[in-house]
Amino acid sequence: MIVHGRTLHPGSATGLPIRLTAPLSFWGGTDNLGRIVDAHHPQCGAVLTGRILLMESGRGSSSASSVLAEQIRARTAPAAIVLSRADPIIPLGALVAAELYHLDLPVVVAPYDAVPDDVLVRVSATAGEAAISW
Amino acid sequence: MLGGRDGEGVALAMRVLVGQARISDAPRLVAITSAHVDSCLYHGQVSLDFAQRLVELGARVRVPTTLNVGSTDLIHPELVRDQALASAGRELMAAYVELGCTPTFTCAPYQLPGRPGLGEHVAWAESNAIVFANSVLGARTDRYGDFLDICAAITGRAPYAGLQTPEARRGTVVFDCRPLGEFTELTYPLLGHHVGSTVGAGIPVLVGIPPNAREDDLKALGAAAASAGGVALFHAVGITPEAPSSVDGLPVRVVDVETLRRVRRELSADIAELDAVSVGTPHASYAECVRLAGLVVGPPLTLPLYLSTARATRDRLAEDGVLQVLEAAGVTVVVDTCTYVTAILSPGWKNVMTNSGKWAHYAPGNLNVSAILGSLTECVASARAGRVVLDA
Repeated sequence: MIVHGRTLHPGSATGLPIRLTAPLSFWGGTDNLGRIVDAHHPQCGAVLTGRILLMESGRGSSSASSVLAEQIRARTAPAAIVLSRADPIIPLGALVAAELYHLDLPVVVAPYDAVPDDVLVRVSATAGEAAISW
Repeated sequence: MLGGRDGEGVALAMRVLVGQARISDAPRLVAITSAHVDSCLYHGQVSLDFAQRLVELGARVRVPTTLNVGSTDLIHPELVRDQALASAGRELMAAYVELGCTPTFTCAPYQLPGRPGLGEHVAWAESNAIVFANSVLGARTDRYGDFLDICAAITGRAPYAGLQTPEARRGTVVFDCRPLGEFTELTYPLLGHHVGSTVGAGIPVLVGIPPNAREDDLKALGAAAASAGGVALFHAVGITPEAPSSVDGLPVRVVDVETLRRVRRELSADIAELDAVSVGTPHASYAECVRLAGLVVGPPLTLPLYLSTARATRDRLAEDGVLQVLEAAGVTVVVDTCTYVTAILSPGWKNVMTNSGKWAHYAPGNLNVSAILGSLTECVASARAGRVVLDA
């Protein structure tokens, strides 16, 4: 199966999906070990490191781009981020990490409802197009 | 610039800017007249790596650029309890000064001379500065993630998207505040928090804000709205420069006294015991500092009272002798940073009072304290009494 989407930042990754039921702010919402620490978030306590993060959009602080870039540097970031609405703050963190460390975390916009939760999923994003396959 | 004609630092900044413009579907870039940079607050090694890469590549800002708060107080470094954070924070602040930014280190750049005017395109970061610039000054800035602010300053450009465009600046929902009657000083942050947490992605139009509202009142309103819900622009009919003269046809939400009572109960813990008081978020204006000085003269304060302000405001207070009055009364004046973003308060403190809706929103998560909201007068009375003292 395959779902097509739009690339916000290119790259490719494979991992187990994790589906958030509410938007997340990386600043104040996650720690530098990649864990959700926002006490009001329904998935509080979940670890995002290495997962294919499926969420509607980012939320809140503009410092989220710093926090994500820092997690990419420290290898505690998700493997890929799939959003249902374009958000400029999250891909900015991915872009800066790519410039500084040559590490590409794919960020795509795609309708992810059909993506299963329990099998490995591949995200492949080029400047032209993005695909999620399993 | 993208091709490296102006150096590798400018090319890097331009790549970031063009990447963002593409994501925002901006048809072009727009020239800006000033920037306010928030990336000087330390969020980890990446903060330093990015700033130092720009320095190494020889980048310099090409428009007047002010700096937001950093992670330490450079004038009173002993106030910060985490020396590793203070040291990294200091290094980052120095890197941004090396890029040509002015070392203002304040979240309220609109309290400095040379602020932008109606219709000017700027790239300002820091949510309270953004909402003030857009709403009260009528300048135009969108909300930008960290890193983009300095890239805009280096290239002198911003993506022509979002609140840079006139179409996105129109009010979409009316908050009828007339049932509130007379406003007190606390009405503004409470109303801001309410609007921010209920407006969603809309642009609020406030009806019934008193014509004598001061800039400090609008600052408190905007800061609370921006922290509670990401509001980057509001219109206050009869007050702010782009407010519509007619609100016909827009949906209307009524705000009454009971609404704001409920907001106050949400934001403010019902606690009598108190460990400390913190005022000046966003950074206190000169007028607010003078008012505080008038209130602290008299019987001694029995609890620590922190005042956060800009170093430029502190200089002016020192010249006028007001700083000496504050310090003699035991007020700890914090500059260059703020008590909710770094380790200044004692980790043992549980209950802290503030006059700021923004501080009350962020401090419980950042500092693990309960916040109690009160007017400036109530804050001073409480610092004196050693427990929470409210007027009503």
